[in-house]
Amino acid sequence: MTASSAPGQRRSVRRPLVVVAGNPNTGKTTLFNRLTGSDQKVANYPGVTVERHTAMLELATGGVAEVLDVPGAYSLSARSREEELAIQTIAGLAPFQIPDLVVVVADATQLSRNLYMTLQVLELGVPVVLAVNMADMLEARGEILDLGAMRRELGIPVVSTSALRGRGLDELRAEIEATLVSPGRARPGWRWAPQDPELEKDLRTIADAMPAEWERGDPARARALAVWSLLSLEEGDELDAIPDAVRDVVASVRERAAQAGRQVDLEVIRGRYGWIDARMAAFVKRRDAPAEGSVARKSLTDRVDGVLLHPVVGFAIFLLVMGVVFQSLFSWADPAIRSIEGLFGWLGSASRAWIPDGIVEEFVDGGLIAGVGSVVVFLPQILLLFLFIGFMEDSGYMARVAFLMDRIMRAMGLHGRAFVPMLSGYACAVPAILATRTMERQRDRTLTMMVIPLMTCSARLPVYTLIIGTLFPPSKVFGVVPVQGLLMIAMYVFSTLTALVAAMVLSRTLFKGPPVPLILELPPYRMPHVPSVLRMMWLRTRSFLESAGTVILACTIVLWALLSFPRDTGQTGRFDADRARVEASAAPAAERAEKIAEIDRAEDSERLRASYGGRLGHAIEPAIEPLGFDWKIGVGLIGAFAAREVFVSTMGVVYGAGSESDEKSSTLREKIRAETRADGRPVYTPLVGLSLMIFFALACQCMSTLAAVRRETKSWRWPAFLFVYMSVLAWIASFAVYQGGRWLGMS
Amino acid sequence: MRPLRDLSPGQCARLAQIGGDRPFRRRLMEMGFLPGTVVRLVRRVDVADLLELEVRGSHISLRRSEAGALFLEPEG
Repeated sequence: MTASSAPGQRRSVRRPLVVVAGNPNTGKTTLFNRLTGSDQKVANYPGVTVERHTAMLELATGGVAEVLDVPGAYSLSARSREEELAIQTIAGLAPFQIPDLVVVVADATQLSRNLYMTLQVLELGVPVVLAVNMADMLEARGEILDLGAMRRELGIPVVSTSALRGRGLDELRAEIEATLVSPGRARPGWRWAPQDPELEKDLRTIADAMPAEWERGDPARARALAVWSLLSLEEGDELDAIPDAVRDVVASVRERAAQAGRQVDLEVIRGRYGWIDARMAAFVKRRDAPAEGSVARKSLTDRVDGVLLHPVVGFAIFLLVMGVVFQSLFSWADPAIRSIEGLFGWLGSASRAWIPDGIVEEFVDGGLIAGVGSVVVFLPQILLLFLFIGFMEDSGYMARVAFLMDRIMRAMGLHGRAFVPMLSGYACAVPAILATRTMERQRDRTLTMMVIPLMTCSARLPVYTLIIGTLFPPSKVFGVVPVQGLLMIAMYVFSTLTALVAAMVLSRTLFKGPPVPLILELPPYRMPHVPSVLRMMWLRTRSFLESAGTVILACTIVLWALLSFPRDTGQTGRFDADRARVEASAAPAAERAEKIAEIDRAEDSERLRASYGGRLGHAIEPAIEPLGFDWKIGVGLIGAFAAREVFVSTMGVVYGAGSESDEKSSTLREKIRAETRADGRPVYTPLVGLSLMIFFALACQCMSTLAAVRRETKSWRWPAFLFVYMSVLAWIASFAVYQGGRWLGMS
Repeated sequence: MRPLRDLSPGQCARLAQIGGDRPFRRRLMEMGFLPGTVVRLVRRVDVADLLELEVRGSHISLRRSEAGALFLEPEG
């Protein structure tokens, strides 16, 4: 701080770093939002997909502090990479800087457990300000906090806050500022001492082995990191920033302790809880008889859970809630999606009108505008899904979802919380993949991402509609059940079963690992803080647009280029001559225009055939021929990689029915039905249609999905795996359907 | 010692022993499940194979099978 006394050095002084930590469900994030301005940023921690929320706090002294919201945790002990972040950020292990201050947010109604983590932070020797949140809920139970006693015993500033109502924020800000100026007032050091002399000896042994970059010349810090290591390290943990020397000494200390029949974990944890329990009566005092109605209020969550966790009623309500979420993603988002599509369609035609004919015009319309449009079109569903998830998490209902679904999902090897993302997959895989963030472990997230794209997303519907409507009769089975509707339902059932089986297989092979015991907190139901929910929704969406959006845009442009180049088909002269002939003919203007349009469509179709994409379609024909597909379907499959529904408009171009074709276009349907092979047999039969639908159900023809998986797993490995396994699965299944059908005598 | 699983809904008892794998045991102890801590069984949902416990003012849910590693002090 004294460095800033020289005026010229002001700019070189780094911003103070304030870290906000605490248990889950303490209102920590709401407090963080209240404390800081609107300049919040969401990024990921290096190497892992844990959201890193930072924002600026303006100080009364004129400076600015950087505030970092670390993910909620019950303790600093770690086993996984994700959990390791807490100790790294709070202790300031490389590459993180040592925080100037840690604000621990505690839930007043669960004080002893929250103080446990507070003691861990205090041990590290960083200045701590304790914000006891939700003291009003404690008071409603007729109990009051003795802040004076807490300040005295803990030796740090303690403030009572209500993040939801915005109370106590000024006090908290004042304590933060005062502590940044004189950190000594909030750095009392250890509060408990090991009762067991053996434990004391163990800690000294480990502390002596602490490397200099961990110890930083501070014996108290070395000792704190020694406790942390003793509690966290073990064989098979996933921590990756631990010096070997520390690992070795901890292993030998633990082994010695085990031989002596000691339980070191219990000794440490009981040491901290013992200190807390001895003071709880001084911290929380019974004020008087419980206030009127407070008993009922305390049990409100209990009574609501009696219904919401009920094996029958709870499930029914859960399905109802999921129905609303599903319905909203599926149909409420539809008007917004349509207007976005309409807007980009309009932009496309406007660009065609404004830019002179030629390559620039086609690039702007078919590459750039279509590309940006294919990113923006996800916004309605992503925003809605994040809104629902935000409310479910903030209200406490998400924990109940995990509770209700645990058994079913566990049988499939999935996390209880995987249900919401999987259901969202029926609407669109991209927001569903982003929704996997509600699970803590990378393994659970990645496994869920690997099966979500198998769900029947809404982009498959136009393809199914085209195929079913074109190739299957509108007749009824047993005179009542329509064949077409039945097929559509069958496709949904098929995709759901495939996804569940895939999860079962993957969880027992690639994602094999010891089953993880469930320890699930069911927090009291609370009113969500709407601005926080909205803010989170927007921040998550923005980070999607920034990272996955660029990949989607780039892929759309590449695909456009594939289907548009080379420019010269060598046939232009022929089409021009045809056009000139029509222009010169004596036919009425309307008839001439129609003929010209027909020639244009034929030219488009010819150009597509000659394009790199068209050649690619020819090149893959031998591979897809056993599935019953010809090269034209091949071109459609390549086009469908941008997004599945593009299959329909690509087929429109291939068959010269116009690129504006949709799944209900009768011209396209007629052309498809009339298409014949060299030997005169029709290309499209119901069997080919079935094979094609199975292919669409299973193949990963969606680069947006791959871009989202790449973003969420931070590697190309998982999107590559996803693409390969789904494509192989699709090929095998279509092959089985087509060849099996032919063997059974179908055409 | 009697197993925690035998508690009936609404009943309280003191924990005597916390077993299971080390990560499971450590996590429970850090959440305040220690020998001598009072637990209350809030509810049992058998079809879901889950128990809901109240410990130190928090409601924690465990699978019935995994809660088999937790034991209580004898009554009285």
